Amino acid sequence: MPTEQIKNNESWAQNLCHCTPVRWITGQCGHLGIQGRTLTVMIPYVWLLILFLAPFLIVFKISFSEIRIAIPPYAPLYQLVDDVYLQITLNLMNYKRLLDDALYVNSYLSSLKIASLSTVLTLMVGYPIAYGMARAPRTWRLPLLMLVILPFWTSFLIRVYAWIGILKPEGFLNMALMWLGVIDEPLVILHTNIAVYIGIVYSYLPFMILPLYSNLEKMDHSLLEAASDLGCPPHKAFWKITFPMSMPGVIAGCFLVFIPAVGEFVIPDLLGGSSTLMIGKTLWAEFFNNRDWPLASAVAVILLLMLVVPIVWFQKFQTRRASMGE
Amino acid sequence: MADANSQVRKVFAPWTEADKEPFVRIENVTKKFGNFTAVDNISLNIYEREFYSLLGPSGCGKTTLLRMLAGFEIPTSGRIIIDGEDMSNVPPHKRPVNMMFQSYALFPHMTVEQNIAFGLKQDRLPKAEIADTVERMINLVKLNQFAKRKPEQLSGGQRQRVALARSLAKNPKILLLDEPLGALDKKLREETQFELMCIQEDLGITFVIVTHDQEEAMTVSSRIAVINHGTVAQVAAPTEIYEYPNSRKVAEFIGDVNILEGRIDEVHADTAQIIINGVDAPVHTGRSVDAAPGETVWVAVRPEKMIVNLNPPEDMSQNVLKGEVWDIGYLGKLSVYHVRMEDGRMMTVAMTNRSRETERTITWEDQVYVTWDPDASVVLLS
Repeated sequence: MPTEQIKNNESWAQNLCHCTPVRWITGQCGHLGIQGRTLTVMIPYVWLLILFLAPFLIVFKISFSEIRIAIPPYAPLYQLVDDVYLQITLNLMNYKRLLDDALYVNSYLSSLKIASLSTVLTLMVGYPIAYGMARAPRTWRLPLLMLVILPFWTSFLIRVYAWIGILKPEGFLNMALMWLGVIDEPLVILHTNIAVYIGIVYSYLPFMILPLYSNLEKMDHSLLEAASDLGCPPHKAFWKITFPMSMPGVIAGCFLVFIPAVGEFVIPDLLGGSSTLMIGKTLWAEFFNNRDWPLASAVAVILLLMLVVPIVWFQKFQTRRASMGE
Repeated sequence: MADANSQVRKVFAPWTEADKEPFVRIENVTKKFGNFTAVDNISLNIYEREFYSLLGPSGCGKTTLLRMLAGFEIPTSGRIIIDGEDMSNVPPHKRPVNMMFQSYALFPHMTVEQNIAFGLKQDRLPKAEIADTVERMINLVKLNQFAKRKPEQLSGGQRQRVALARSLAKNPKILLLDEPLGALDKKLREETQFELMCIQEDLGITFVIVTHDQEEAMTVSSRIAVINHGTVAQVAAPTEIYEYPNSRKVAEFIGDVNILEGRIDEVHADTAQIIINGVDAPVHTGRSVDAAPGETVWVAVRPEKMIVNLNPPEDMSQNVLKGEVWDIGYLGKLSVYHVRMEDGRMMTVAMTNRSRETERTITWEDQVYVTWDPDASVVLLS
């Protein structure tokens, strides 16, 4: 963090410390031996603990239960037998079913495939947009940024519904193409995987553009001049200088698109066909249609592990590379 | 021995040789940014192996001129010829020049080695040759231990060396340096100045340097072009610029100077006499002046060429100013005296502290006489 930012944060924190309720809390914590600095660091951890870890543990617990037609629709994990014995029932059946039934394995694989391909497509569409924005005259940049964020002001659901109107056989796209004489018969796009790709790329494009833009905008133009000065023509300089230097933005954008895309439910449900297999859809069906909470929880746990393990590995790799550099 | 002594020592001054072709020709170059004229019809000739300085205050157009040599800016009019080749339609990546950027512009994602090799790789040279050149450059700038480091792991001085090595690696016809030492502290800057001169002499590459630091320009240059408001004020060797500035602007920009306004009284074959307003004794010069009697001129005298006397000099008829010591600045090796003349004008005199005196002979409020040699007077017409 730049020193100036740290200073700003400190003065902000100092101002905050002067208001009475915060003073009272810090005072109380002081008695307990907790300092203001620790308290500040604790806030995000407490947030994650309550809103992320606790719900996850509940889901994790349910995934080991047995389905039961009751409210809630699963058997308790432990019960007291004869008032003295604590009986814990760990049911691994749900996980076994995930492996046995090809539906789940295929759903996972298909989700990963659709998510990776749409991430690559989003990157290919988003990079030129972010690059153009970062190179636009300074006065244009803010309006362009507003245009990227503008879709968020409309409901996500409505925007996905709008694509049905565009992609359906008698929709805008087919009408326009037929009017132009490009095609004679309407193209079947809606309720295919192509529609899912279009939907994901469209919906997650801002999440790709924003980190890329903030990275590319900071880039020192003199580096490109230096490359040019050393005999590197502009198109080569892009691949040798601009692209490698924008890697942090590329990685951030790809994560922001890939992770939610893997578990996406709305887009495959509305735009995809019956053959579109995605884990989000499968999970929905288990949870709401079959009311099989334990199995749905197991699906969710495996999905989470599938995403967390590579990310943790990647982060470790990054930190190791950074420390090796030193 | 006698022969060797009688032989005239050859001074490097290609601009004085009539048959020598300039290596770089800047012909009537103008650069406009909208309504602002950054460079206004500048013509300069730079010779091979010169260490040429573009010196001027910030915003005078010197950097724009350098960027036009590199090809980053296109002249609005005029042309630049390097080694006989018109550069008008040559993009930066095809020019035989390399630039050392003020910000160094090192590639942060590459090591020192990779940074230096970057330019060589663009030429698709064989790997062994690239490795060879990189090693030579790393040795040249003494960065052997740091070859595998990234720029962020280097100090400012080390980064400056990487930038220098990278721009020299391709053995350019001209090396352009944009305020190369601006980010270094004073001591390191002075050391690096001499190192730059050695490297330039060893490699025989023509250097064009942009600086706003007149001491730096004086130290390193073969010639200096003083640039002001987009035009060239004077081009000359450092000693000439200092001793014979051609205008008040140049005299004031290079070093300290006392300027007295007056008018020509008499002009002789190799002397002249000038009456200074409000001063009894006329000023004599050691050179003739190209001006008619009665014309307004300015006499410039450098502070270190003046002497402060407590007693009136024997010859009161020329080059004497009366005044009172207003202020003394003790700088260790020399003392600077500010002498206030009767009409309020201030003269600055710098005298070396030759003897180790703790007690000053000249002190505040002393009535003193400031004198100087006629040769020290420079007459400026503008």
